[in-house]
Amino acid sequence: MTSSNAAPVLSVRNLSVDARTPEGLKRILDGVSFDLAAGETLCLAGESGSGKSVTSLAIMGLLPKASLKVSSGEIRLEDRNILGIPTRALRKIRGGDIAMIFQEPMTSLNPVMTIGDQMVEAIREHREDLSEGAEAIARSMLDAVQMSEAPRRLKQYPHELSGGMRQRVMIAMALSCRPKVLIADEPTTALDVTVQAQILTLMRELRREFSTSILMITHDMGVVAEMADRVAIMQQGRIVEQGDVLDVFARPRETYTRQLLAAVPRLGAHAGTDGPPRLTAAKVPVAEKPVLVVKDLSVTYGARAGWFNRSRVAPATVSDISFTIKAGETLGLVGESGSGKSTTGKAVLNLIPFEGSVAIDGRETSGLKPAAMRPVRRVAQMIFQDPYASLDPRMTVGAAIAEPLVIHNVGNTSERQDRVAALLARVGMPTDAGSRYPHEFSGGQRQRICIARALALEPKLIVADESVAALDVSVRGRVLDLMLELQEQMGLAYLFISHDMAVIEKMSHHVAVMRGGRIVEMGTRRQVFENPGDDYTRNLMAAVPIPDPALYRKVANG
Amino acid sequence: MAMLLAKRLVQSCLILLGVAAITFILLYALPADPARMLAGRSATAQTVENIRRELGLDQPLLTQFLHYLGNLVQGDLGRSYAQKTEVATLIMARLPATLTLMAAGIFVEVLFGLTFGIVAALNRGGAIDRIVMASAFVGVSAPQFVVALLLLYVFAATLGWFPMSGYGTLAHVVLPAMTLGILGAGWYARMARSAMIDVLNQDFIRTARAKGLSGRRVVLRHALPNAILPIVAMIGIDIGQFMGGVVVVEAVYGWPGIGQLAWQAIQQVDIPIIMGVTLTSAFAIIVGNLVADLIAPMIDPRIRSH
Repeated sequence: MTSSNAAPVLSVRNLSVDARTPEGLKRILDGVSFDLAAGETLCLAGESGSGKSVTSLAIMGLLPKASLKVSSGEIRLEDRNILGIPTRALRKIRGGDIAMIFQEPMTSLNPVMTIGDQMVEAIREHREDLSEGAEAIARSMLDAVQMSEAPRRLKQYPHELSGGMRQRVMIAMALSCRPKVLIADEPTTALDVTVQAQILTLMRELRREFSTSILMITHDMGVVAEMADRVAIMQQGRIVEQGDVLDVFARPRETYTRQLLAAVPRLGAHAGTDGPPRLTAAKVPVAEKPVLVVKDLSVTYGARAGWFNRSRVAPATVSDISFTIKAGETLGLVGESGSGKSTTGKAVLNLIPFEGSVAIDGRETSGLKPAAMRPVRRVAQMIFQDPYASLDPRMTVGAAIAEPLVIHNVGNTSERQDRVAALLARVGMPTDAGSRYPHEFSGGQRQRICIARALALEPKLIVADESVAALDVSVRGRVLDLMLELQEQMGLAYLFISHDMAVIEKMSHHVAVMRGGRIVEMGTRRQVFENPGDDYTRNLMAAVPIPDPALYRKVANG
Repeated sequence: MAMLLAKRLVQSCLILLGVAAITFILLYALPADPARMLAGRSATAQTVENIRRELGLDQPLLTQFLHYLGNLVQGDLGRSYAQKTEVATLIMARLPATLTLMAAGIFVEVLFGLTFGIVAALNRGGAIDRIVMASAFVGVSAPQFVVALLLLYVFAATLGWFPMSGYGTLAHVVLPAMTLGILGAGWYARMARSAMIDVLNQDFIRTARAKGLSGRRVVLRHALPNAILPIVAMIGIDIGQFMGGVVVVEAVYGWPGIGQLAWQAIQQVDIPIIMGVTLTSAFAIIVGNLVADLIAPMIDPRIRSH
């Protein structure tokens, strides 16, 4: 597939970009060079802040002028340098020769324009030689991305389509002007794993059909393994290593590449064991009574009948699910978006109204008033997905961790201070962190702070809702290890909610697979992962990208 | 849609009832006695008493209110104490002038507000942005009577471009509409600016630019329809603000609208007229909001499908 002897379609040479900061210019992209050959897929891979998205925006000439500026380099499209050419000329290239699709299909389409209008607009802008109408092209493009009922879709608005369908529309729109290069910036990151698999397959097919070169930006080494002919690994604004994807995965030259590849969670890595890996020598307490017993839990949103809509009955978001968790054990709750897993987590902590029975540490929470719920809350805590949004930016880290103690009237000021210091040490944060503010910390550090806050009241149960989803892989592994360590030392019970099969595999003793508000399969980790009984579970596992290009090629070719 | 209208109709009736009740109580709680005002200074106690009985003011407040409501549902707003004419007739005669003024005022406010707000957003942080925002601040802060006098001095007295006062031609409407609109224009400029900045940072704007569209098309076709939504909702609410301004502006420019009618009625404690004008204003506000709510789904398909 690699045709390194042909002239590259796109060639980036020594591209450097500076950010304007109050302290002056700061280099965020440093001498980036790569070639994209005709018909080739090159993946720019790296963690957040590595400069991969900046690179793609620079190629499109879409860098925000107020904050970023290209300081040097060349971007050649075939034999023309397109860096710094006049806007009018650049506009012909944007969407014409180089098209782009983005990470967030939910927000990347204009909500008040029909799909058809948005597609036709792009076609009219670039294709003067219209032998057929722009609408006809739009329709055939929707067919090409395998969307059913194309004529009807053209009249629909983005909110009427699912995330996967919107990303198909984006791809159709991008390819409608027959670009030489398609830049795909994390095109499947926001999608469910089964939808991701469909979109990746579609992109591979379309690359062949439209003979487009693809520059794909991703943080996911599984996606790299399945998509790339060549890969360029980025770190802190530089390309640290690039080469044929098989070579880079098999024989990474740079330490960073090796670390990155080692941190990638692999489905099946824990096959043959019943529990998560042991990290400490602590004796795991054997519990008699379960910490959490959920029986016939159902949640229905928007069921309240109003004055004018007495008859409307909303479908249940979660229906009739039951499970138990013992001390020192983790139940992994896995499912795609809309499966009801987060709703279950909220209902368990009595944060939303529910039917059925939830007993935490032997106390039934159903129907408890907030005041009566308070002692139960000491026992059960939550860690959220977004460590940036779940800490008050105006509160010091120490105050945030001490807040649960204050609310529950635990200790005096100096005792609380000692406790905060001990908690910070426990989650591996420096002791002086307590007097600083959340914005001074990275995502991984903030999630550690959130864990410390959840531990302040010495809970028995922690509900962790996608707690590592927002973190880079290398950081993610360390936070997961911390959670396992704490579980072993404190005998914590976790309800661990995630969409990520590999993370669930690593963390869980038991696994429940949710779909459409129901548990479709539940069992020990070994049962569910090594001998799945339900088709849906098998589909989920099959859809997870394999972070090994050699193995993937073997599987894909039969 | 039918459900929305039915819901709104019930709500509107309740609001009008509430407005009527509160205004009624407030007016009768006033220390001023309409019968004595009507009778004049030299009238005897007996004359005043007769007038009071004639107007029904001797009845208990609740009886008076129920009587008023009974007439109201039949579309009868009562008779003016001072002018001895049907209130409805008086209001209808003056309503066109006020509606003209309000329409012109809203036009000024939306036109100037949107234009300057968008220009400021597109030049965010630049000199133009700062000038526009400073002017908007002045517009928002300046009392209406000051603006009115300033405009009169410059454009009527000094330059003589527009008449000082009166009603009838397009020239007459310019200065009152400007006076009425400038305050709102300041608000709208600020709102349009922040809404535009918000929308311009959205992902779909990046998509539009990545398609190679011209800057103008990105702004007019993609950003503006999204930014205008909160502003449409605002116009509905704004009509209430406007009614307050109308009284001042009509007084300054001698504009023969219901603001002036209200002004005279307040001086004479002519309760039926005050009630009538208040209810008319409340009705206008309700209609304004309803129109705004009906326009919103035309712009935003997400509201439409709810």
